[in-house]
Amino acid sequence: MSRLEQALGEGRFVVTAEMPTIDGGGMDEVRFQLGPMAPYLDACNATDNTAAHAHASPLAIAIALKQCGMEPIMQLVCRDRNRLALEADLVGASLHGIENVCCLTGDDVTAGDEPEARRVFDLDSPQLLATARAVASGRYLSGRAIAPAPHLFLGAVENPGAPPFAYRAQRALKKAEAGARFLQLQICFQPQLLEGFAAEAARIGVTERAALLPSITILRSARALRFIDAKVPGISVPAGVIERVEAAADQQEACFDVAYELAQHAMAQPGVRGLHFISFRKDAGIAALCRRLGIPTHAERVEHGYGSPVPV
Amino acid sequence: MGVLATMEAVVKRPVFGCQMCGQCVLHSTGMTCPMTCPKTLRNGPCGGVRADGGCEVKPEMRCVWLRGYERSRRLPLPAVWKDEFNHLRAPVDNRLRGTASWTNLVSGRDRQTPAGWGAGEH
Repeated sequence: MSRLEQALGEGRFVVTAEMPTIDGGGMDEVRFQLGPMAPYLDACNATDNTAAHAHASPLAIAIALKQCGMEPIMQLVCRDRNRLALEADLVGASLHGIENVCCLTGDDVTAGDEPEARRVFDLDSPQLLATARAVASGRYLSGRAIAPAPHLFLGAVENPGAPPFAYRAQRALKKAEAGARFLQLQICFQPQLLEGFAAEAARIGVTERAALLPSITILRSARALRFIDAKVPGISVPAGVIERVEAAADQQEACFDVAYELAQHAMAQPGVRGLHFISFRKDAGIAALCRRLGIPTHAERVEHGYGSPVPV
Repeated sequence: MGVLATMEAVVKRPVFGCQMCGQCVLHSTGMTCPMTCPKTLRNGPCGGVRADGGCEVKPEMRCVWLRGYERSRRLPLPAVWKDEFNHLRAPVDNRLRGTASWTNLVSGRDRQTPAGWGAGEH
């Protein structure tokens, strides 16, 4: 059983974060990027060609994280691999003791720097989840046996901030029914949308099946917020948030305040069992934000327990 | 393409943008063809839908699944079809491309799934 699965099973608040993408620099670079946030994490996401840009593969990063003593969550997107390749990565991951897998649709190739590439989408994310569940039960899609069956702890992503808003919880339910036990929700700068999503998710039974882990991102400037608003598919940043950061004497501090407020709000929603952090490159922002939120380190959470966070 | 497949293409292409996947699910997706989604998603909208409802890939096009969702609620479709909107649809069988879904519907071929599909389901 993965330590993420164990923590959620024991009702402990969990913290996950996205590993910055790795290109060059080898294991030293992996350690350097992981270092500042590691003490707070239950597990760390190994991303899969984020925003349709090629980087070191999720399986390779997941193995590297394990070598650093960090539990990985291997992300798999449907954009670049057909079902055979996805099944091979699932079984290959289990060969290396990787159990947490997060299944995503993936940004389109047109979002990346090689838009001329062929998009695959042989499976979609609910189908990938069901395929991973079949693998975990000891079967390839063909029905061929995998013995012994690998243990997998499956998750997915849902975006509370993209239309059709009223349908998003239903789609999350489809993913939970297909095997997702945790849902790392897309970054959402509109608290009322996350609130609506969480309430509906609780009402229709998503939160009984899967732990909600809303994503919080730590940016540094109004320019970065504008970039996300314009360039990242499915994320909108309200003008008021951008104006507030723009007007601040210290934009980095204002961004940190925004992240803090969104995190506090997210932690108070029904079904939220932890947070997922996305920061961009080599800073101690995640650790600092956890401290400000009153979230103890991973070791302290394990030792003393930390179930229901009380916002400051 | 066979005679029936050609007829199907003639009828369904102009109306639904039919891509001749050979395993039609129009009735369960608000009479909106999921194969016209640039990502060919069969199980609902991706997370990239724009705030104005535009497609992530083709911003000028309204998200196919957004249209399907709205139509599935608005159109006077049988309740059983409306329920199916939320069902998990199996991966596409790529061997059926270009064949008549009408034939595959009658024969049941379009509902055949690989032996491992559904394994581990509780």
